[in-house]
Amino acid sequence: MKVCVPSALRSYTDRGETEASGPTLGEVLADLERQYPGIRFRMIDEQDRIRRHIRIFVNGEQVRDLSQPLNASDEVIILQALSGG
Amino acid sequence: MARNTRKPAARRQRPSTRARPQRRLIVLVATRKGAWLYHGDAARKTWRADGPHFLGHVISHAVLDPRDGRTLLAAAKTGHLGPTVFRSTDLGRTWKEAAQPPAFAKTADGKEGRAVDHTFWLAPGRAAERDVWYAGTSPQGLFRSGDGGVTWKPFSSLNDDPQFREWMGTVQDGTPDGPKLHSIIVDPRDSTHLYVAMSGGGVHESVDGGRTWKTLLKGLEVVEGFDASKPSFHDPHCIRICPSNPDRLYQQNHCGIYRLDRPSDTWERIGRSMPERVGDIGFPMVVHPRDADTAWVFPMSGTTVWPRTSPEGMPAVYATRNGGKTWQRLDAGLPAKQAWWTVKRQAMTADASDPVGLYFGTTSGDLWMSRDEGRRWACIARHLPEIYAVEAAELS
Repeated sequence: MKVCVPSALRSYTDRGETEASGPTLGEVLADLERQYPGIRFRMIDEQDRIRRHIRIFVNGEQVRDLSQPLNASDEVIILQALSGG
Repeated sequence: MARNTRKPAARRQRPSTRARPQRRLIVLVATRKGAWLYHGDAARKTWRADGPHFLGHVISHAVLDPRDGRTLLAAAKTGHLGPTVFRSTDLGRTWKEAAQPPAFAKTADGKEGRAVDHTFWLAPGRAAERDVWYAGTSPQGLFRSGDGGVTWKPFSSLNDDPQFREWMGTVQDGTPDGPKLHSIIVDPRDSTHLYVAMSGGGVHESVDGGRTWKTLLKGLEVVEGFDASKPSFHDPHCIRICPSNPDRLYQQNHCGIYRLDRPSDTWERIGRSMPERVGDIGFPMVVHPRDADTAWVFPMSGTTVWPRTSPEGMPAVYATRNGGKTWQRLDAGLPAKQAWWTVKRQAMTADASDPVGLYFGTTSGDLWMSRDEGRRWACIARHLPEIYAVEAAELS
């Protein structure tokens, strides 16, 4: 499935869109980690929580649970959400 | 909690106190928005800026490996992304991310576990321990790498110990940008002899490589009204060991300046002899590379609501040449008034030249240095982001 990557993570992917696969959001992120080592820990902490300033949308809906089932046709958008100077 | 069974060895040999020949120096500046490397000439008069590295990243600490004089480690995170450690083996031309950055052990499902917010402190192992590094994190955690910083393993003896967890408190109990483990000190004579400090959580010592720990709090004061026997109430800001006499440590604490001479386990408050209107509150502590009686501090205002600025807007370094009996104000070249910055705990350091060079970075983004042990100061960089850490090192 298509995964849109924010600018803060393009040092890993070299592009704003990439492909990853898996039956759940957690598996898709694991596939991203296989392709781009290190990228998952920048988004997901060691307790498997989505980090405070990371938002993940699937088909336009925010997802907070890594066990969320996904389909191959879904679109995953990863966003950075930060305020302040 | 397990207790040490060995006393700190008193039989160790004193290291050489001879000055080393001058070599090329590098000053590593870690800031809230990136890192800069300043390359100095042999006379330390001209400096070439190399940076920014990691523009936009919060760099808490950048350290050159003294064992090879080439490898750099940088503790990084951004506002959005989780923490990591970058490593360079070519003086910052290229960087590679740690394959396994410092991270706490994952807790069992259903239990609230801690996550590293940022790596705060990096410390190389002894000269004989090539590729060994230690890291301190926020919230308080201790980690070790045996492969030059590529992979990091947690010390469960500290990170997951129920007693330590109680002493660490919660994120709300710590400093404004998170409670920290810092001042990781490896005895240069003994790899198994470690000191760490936690803000808050006190000072701790291990003589078995971190398997067991004991508190090292005697003589340290806490905020009035609190119980000094409880590590939770202790806030060491920075501890340094004297390279010329590793049985001597100096500490800048939330509640004063202290000296400890081992094997004693009682800190002596040497800041009492500071001028009363300046006080003995501050963040950094710097020791002389060859003279254990000489140390430097950078006082800050700890009055009323704790402004944490230079006292009365008049910044100055204070030096002792006699182990803390007396202190001398060193402000020549620094702004005489209306300078309201201060210096954070990792942002002041010394080189090993003769005379010793001193360096500090300010919260307002200026980098200052002295080529004569603090007698005269000059600004070598302005308008950087808020400076978090400054390290001076010799290139191979």
